[in-house]
Amino acid sequence: MKICVCVKHVPDPNLPVQVDLDTRRLVRDPAHCILDPGDEYGVETALRLVEAHGGEVVVVSMGPPAAEDALRRAMAMGADRAILVSDEALAGSDVLATARALAAAIRPEQPDLVLCATESTDAYTGLLPGALAALLDLPQLTFARTVAVEGNIVTVQRATETGYQLVQAALPALVTVTASVGEPRYPSFKGLMAAKRKPLITRGLAVLGVELREVGERGARERVLEVREVRQVKQGRIVVEDGTGSSIEEILAFLRSIQMV
Amino acid sequence: MGERRVWVWTEIASDAPHRLSLELFTPARALGRAEAVVLGLTSEQALEQLGEFGAQLVHYAADPIYAQFLVEPHVATLTSLIESERPDLLLFPSTPTARDVLARLVGQLGRGAIANAVALDYDTSGRLLATVPCGADALATVTLEGPLPHLVQLRPKAYAAEAVGGQTEVCLVDLPVAETSCRVRVIETVEQSAAGPNLEEATVIVAGGRGLGRAENFRLLEELANTLGGAVGASRAVVDAGWVPYRYQVGQTGRTVKPTLYIACGISGAIQHVAGMRGSRYVIAINTDPDAPIFELADLGVVGDALTIVPKLTERIRAR
Repeated sequence: MKICVCVKHVPDPNLPVQVDLDTRRLVRDPAHCILDPGDEYGVETALRLVEAHGGEVVVVSMGPPAAEDALRRAMAMGADRAILVSDEALAGSDVLATARALAAAIRPEQPDLVLCATESTDAYTGLLPGALAALLDLPQLTFARTVAVEGNIVTVQRATETGYQLVQAALPALVTVTASVGEPRYPSFKGLMAAKRKPLITRGLAVLGVELREVGERGARERVLEVREVRQVKQGRIVVEDGTGSSIEEILAFLRSIQMV
Repeated sequence: MGERRVWVWTEIASDAPHRLSLELFTPARALGRAEAVVLGLTSEQALEQLGEFGAQLVHYAADPIYAQFLVEPHVATLTSLIESERPDLLLFPSTPTARDVLARLVGQLGRGAIANAVALDYDTSGRLLATVPCGADALATVTLEGPLPHLVQLRPKAYAAEAVGGQTEVCLVDLPVAETSCRVRVIETVEQSAAGPNLEEATVIVAGGRGLGRAENFRLLEELANTLGGAVGASRAVVDAGWVPYRYQVGQTGRTVKPTLYIACGISGAIQHVAGMRGSRYVIAINTDPDAPIFELADLGVVGDALTIVPKLTERIRAR
């Protein structure tokens, strides 16, 4: 089976989010960007399915040239090859524009399965996979805790607010995975070396046949009008526990003052 | 221009409207004429309740097929309804199913959408203005262009549900669901034990992070939470580490909580976490690192080890 996994090069989630107040976009310094940790679960799921059933794992990303880094990381984990959709005209794309560009790159691959994370760690709207499924006309199975393929049927345990649902569809299909699918493997040294030589192709919009008016700033329906800082620091009381339990008295006094005890 | 028609995607859980959908009738009423969309079988009481929260009309499709197949039947019906009724604005709650439907609708209709909004308004020229958090320290004002309706998903607790005591008309939606949109079949629905926190409704939350050292130490937080009649939450770091299940997670990608009191134990205060708890009325932070950013949010900050402080505190409160 052929599996396409969508991945994203995102600012390291352990660093503070920076917004450029002039361009009103997230600051994406490539030196501080990594493969989205959420995407590693998609790559892991794809690798396990291909190990069990045979086939090929193709990782796909949209981003500036530096996003190659995320694709190489996914190939170091074991993905076979990569497609980077990159074009200056894509800057400023919103969810719909991004879904259009990714759909154009994935469609000719005719995958049996498209895997995505539930949401990206930076923008976290979680709307991309569903929009992509609609554009590719694939059924969407979301919030997967487990993913199993038998014959041409994919079965997923879909996490719900109160438990889970067992849901099923015929392939081809799009599945979004949660962290419950299993711990992503760490790339081996051999994997890291091999990833450098694995095929990565970069596709511009002209090659993909995407109309300029459909993507980037021009295609975006969502406009950020203003970004304002709201950093607020409470002037709270700070006490240091000195080993005598003094801080416990402070906490009790505070709880009494707010009538919690 | 007539009154704006604002539709609320209304989910039904255990035969009652989902509380996150009920919250959305508050902005819907403020911005125009509030109408509900209910796809799937439910009770008369559930529909009446929507009137109480301000829905003037419910578009109701009484067909079990919406419970048997996911997403595509809903999107197909919603698309038809949008074409025939031409609403101005659709509001979606932050539930998994609403997100699935909204996401597919974006691709299907070729529309933009705003997710994670915490406030919603129109300016004097009739332009939609949505407020969306952008990291922990910034808020963005975002609008949508292109044809109506505009699609917006709101964060939990952006608005409080208000029973205003009205009555609703019910308009039965009788659109056939095409077989081609029945592709994702529900084989089984499993309700798991409700044990675990009801974080959204707790007035006290005791939350733990990496600073607790290991999973077993969460027991200390449970004891303190029980003593205060509260619930236990966790940071993403410890959920990712597998110490506690995802339903405990507070943060940008977890739950959004607004308790009266939030006690952060061994939590550094990464933006991801703060985004989900900044609405807490009072915050007590216990952390060994005096530079932990969580102290900036704390009404009372204790520089010390939560592992020794929490059990003693529990004991003292119990002894009272």
